[in-house]
Amino acid sequence: MSSITDAAAVAIPEGRTATEKSPQASGSGTWWRHLLGILALIWALFPIVFLVSAALNPAGSLDTSSLLPKTISGANFDTLFGDDSRPYTSWYKNSMIIATVGSLGSVFIGACAAFAFSRLRFTGRRPGLLALLLLQMFPAMLTFPALYLTFAKLGEIIPGLGLNSIWALTLCYLGGAMGANVWLLKGYFDTVPKELDEAAKVDGASHARIFFTMTLRLVLPILVTVFMLSFVGLFSEFLLASIFLQDVNSQTLGVGLYSMSIGNEKNRLFGQFAAGALLASLPVVLLYLGFQKFLIGGMTQGSVK
Amino acid sequence: MAAVPSTLEPMKLGSGYNTPWWANALKWGLIALVVGFAAYVAQRLISSGAWFGVVITAFVLMCVLAVYSTRRFIPMKYLLPGLVLLVGLQIWPIVYTVATAFTNYGQGHTLSKDEATARNLANSVKEVEGSERYKLSIAVPEGADVTTAELTFLLTKPDGATFVGTKDGLEPLAADGVEKSETGKITKAPGYTILNAREANKRSADLEEFAVPVNENAGIKNVGISSAFEGAPTLKYDAAADTLTDTSQNIVYSPKDAYWTAPDGQRLATGWKENVGFKNFSDLLTNPTIRAGFFKIFVWNVAFAALSVITTFILGMLLALLFNDPKLKGKGFYRSLLILPYAIPGFVTALVWASMFNQEFGLVNSLTHLNVDWLGNAWAAKAAILLTNLWLGFPYMFLVCTGALQSIPGDVKEAAKIDGAGPLRTLRSITMPLLLVAVGPLLIASFAFNFNNFSLIYLLTQGGPFQSENTSIGSTDLLITYAFRLAFSGASPNIGLASAVCIFIFFIVAAMSYSGFARTKSLEEVN
Repeated sequence: MSSITDAAAVAIPEGRTATEKSPQASGSGTWWRHLLGILALIWALFPIVFLVSAALNPAGSLDTSSLLPKTISGANFDTLFGDDSRPYTSWYKNSMIIATVGSLGSVFIGACAAFAFSRLRFTGRRPGLLALLLLQMFPAMLTFPALYLTFAKLGEIIPGLGLNSIWALTLCYLGGAMGANVWLLKGYFDTVPKELDEAAKVDGASHARIFFTMTLRLVLPILVTVFMLSFVGLFSEFLLASIFLQDVNSQTLGVGLYSMSIGNEKNRLFGQFAAGALLASLPVVLLYLGFQKFLIGGMTQGSVK
Repeated sequence: MAAVPSTLEPMKLGSGYNTPWWANALKWGLIALVVGFAAYVAQRLISSGAWFGVVITAFVLMCVLAVYSTRRFIPMKYLLPGLVLLVGLQIWPIVYTVATAFTNYGQGHTLSKDEATARNLANSVKEVEGSERYKLSIAVPEGADVTTAELTFLLTKPDGATFVGTKDGLEPLAADGVEKSETGKITKAPGYTILNAREANKRSADLEEFAVPVNENAGIKNVGISSAFEGAPTLKYDAAADTLTDTSQNIVYSPKDAYWTAPDGQRLATGWKENVGFKNFSDLLTNPTIRAGFFKIFVWNVAFAALSVITTFILGMLLALLFNDPKLKGKGFYRSLLILPYAIPGFVTALVWASMFNQEFGLVNSLTHLNVDWLGNAWAAKAAILLTNLWLGFPYMFLVCTGALQSIPGDVKEAAKIDGAGPLRTLRSITMPLLLVAVGPLLIASFAFNFNNFSLIYLLTQGGPFQSENTSIGSTDLLITYAFRLAFSGASPNIGLASAVCIFIFFIVAAMSYSGFARTKSLEEVN
């Protein structure tokens, strides 16, 4: 999808510092903007406040939850980690493994492909790029019936690569790795001057040496961006994960938390669920807050949530 | 920079860098690993008779060896891993989905016709009076999943001889390593995991369909979980006429709609998979019950995607305009907090909002002092979904619009001011058009994304609420959640029909992407 939206690649400005303007000007005429801004903050934050207070609510059920906590305790977290029939730590581990391995794989495959398309010349290069663009029109998740049937069969032949395997699921996610990011990556690779490669080549460096020791270092910012975008995407993926991971120990956070919030026990389990949901949000929220610039830059060039 | 040789590496004049030994070792190690893995896969494929898979494995291995063990095919060295994954996990599933859409694959239709016939014959086995009973242990092949693997019968004849029965037939079991209980029941056999009573009971549905064919005229079926009998099937297959005859009651079953069907319409339990041509597609468009629901879902799907884009864009744009004042302090602070709804994983958002919309205890009703059954009323559920998606999506539009506003040059606005345009007029005639040009393609992408926003709908409402007369079509279903339910839940999962719905979505998404393409020059810029 990235190329479609390249045209709209827009720069996000740095937060302006107050020193740009004189102190008098900044104080006057903006109070109503602050007022509306605070309203916007209330709208943006009240569900998060609710989630936090539900997680800290010692009674731990939906009917006792409220926007602001009356008393605070960590009881829900204790129940969360002590519940043997809902192995939260396994879910967390599975999610982290799938998202980390999947995005590292994505970045590597994407970077290799982008290097080939940007730096090497071969027959079929241009048609290949266009074919990738066309293939991206068909989101992998739409093929879920076929993926399900294929992996159900594969699991009978190769145990460990069937349904209920986080590795099979990770592999599935890697299917679209080359197409999904190659345009974004290639665009960045193109901005690295070719003269550098040529100079290294004259000195006798092999293509592999140029790629691994030079190009990859120079394009590091875009690699970080792609890694994070795909980490966020894989961490939150639900459709394929819910089809693949039926066994409770192999599930991801999304599938596991969903199973906690349906059925007759959802009221009783709500505190435990909120604690789990809060912890589940941490990795992605921290990524966003810590690497805002990388993510926003990449987001505006094509990823949508 | 890289032209400067590292001091750690020896440098030969003219020939430049040596490849370090460990790089070569790593390369050959990886190649060896791939060869080893391919050998393992091939061995597994051969033992299960999947010859087509063996050919593919061999082909992929040859490609790997040709590309990586020679100095040729340099571009391929960079493309092969991605290409293999792309073909195997994106192109193949597309082809397979299309193929499945033309079949009736689904519950009761997973076997070929021959397999289904054999299973029906085995199931019709009736105990002949006076025939001998076997001691039975239910097992699965060692290492396989006891909850899903193919069942195996470990049998002991009254004379002590042991046998293994699978759905393919009966074979003697070597006595080495086999342990029996006092009654003769096998308690341990090499190569098999014996199910305990609880595990066996969990498989009772599979057991009901399971029987070991002994020959044309006999099969072995279980009685409970620890004994089995050999009996004769009451059904007879007539290959020439392609009919099954029930000899005990004299009923002739003939194939109809992929089931063996008696003249009075009675069907045998197991049907088979067959090609149904365009039936799935024509069902979607002409079958009155399916068509009405499908059309309703389609309309809501388009409305949902469009309204989501419009509402998030308007709120995001207003906020961007609000904060687009150079005099305003603390913009970084606002931005960091406003981004939070977007930063929280989508499944958490959907599940938390689902709790907040709870009628009895939910936060929304308690804050507004309303008593709306948000997720139980068709229109309220739609509103709840749009509200949730607004919360989830506005930060993205806010960020995008902020960026676009900053890139509008100041002199254009100044020129408008000199020409006498007020702030509103400037906004309408200068800012808005420039903004829309910049974010237009992103709006299309956002529409395409929301069109298939499975997790939001599924986690918030599961597509419901459902009307009592038709439980397969929910009021907030998208095409993708509808296809998901067709394939995996409900009374009779129908993967064939689900695939047809998926292909339908393919075409819609392709049309949308095409309109996106038409607006960009990216295709001309390929170099």
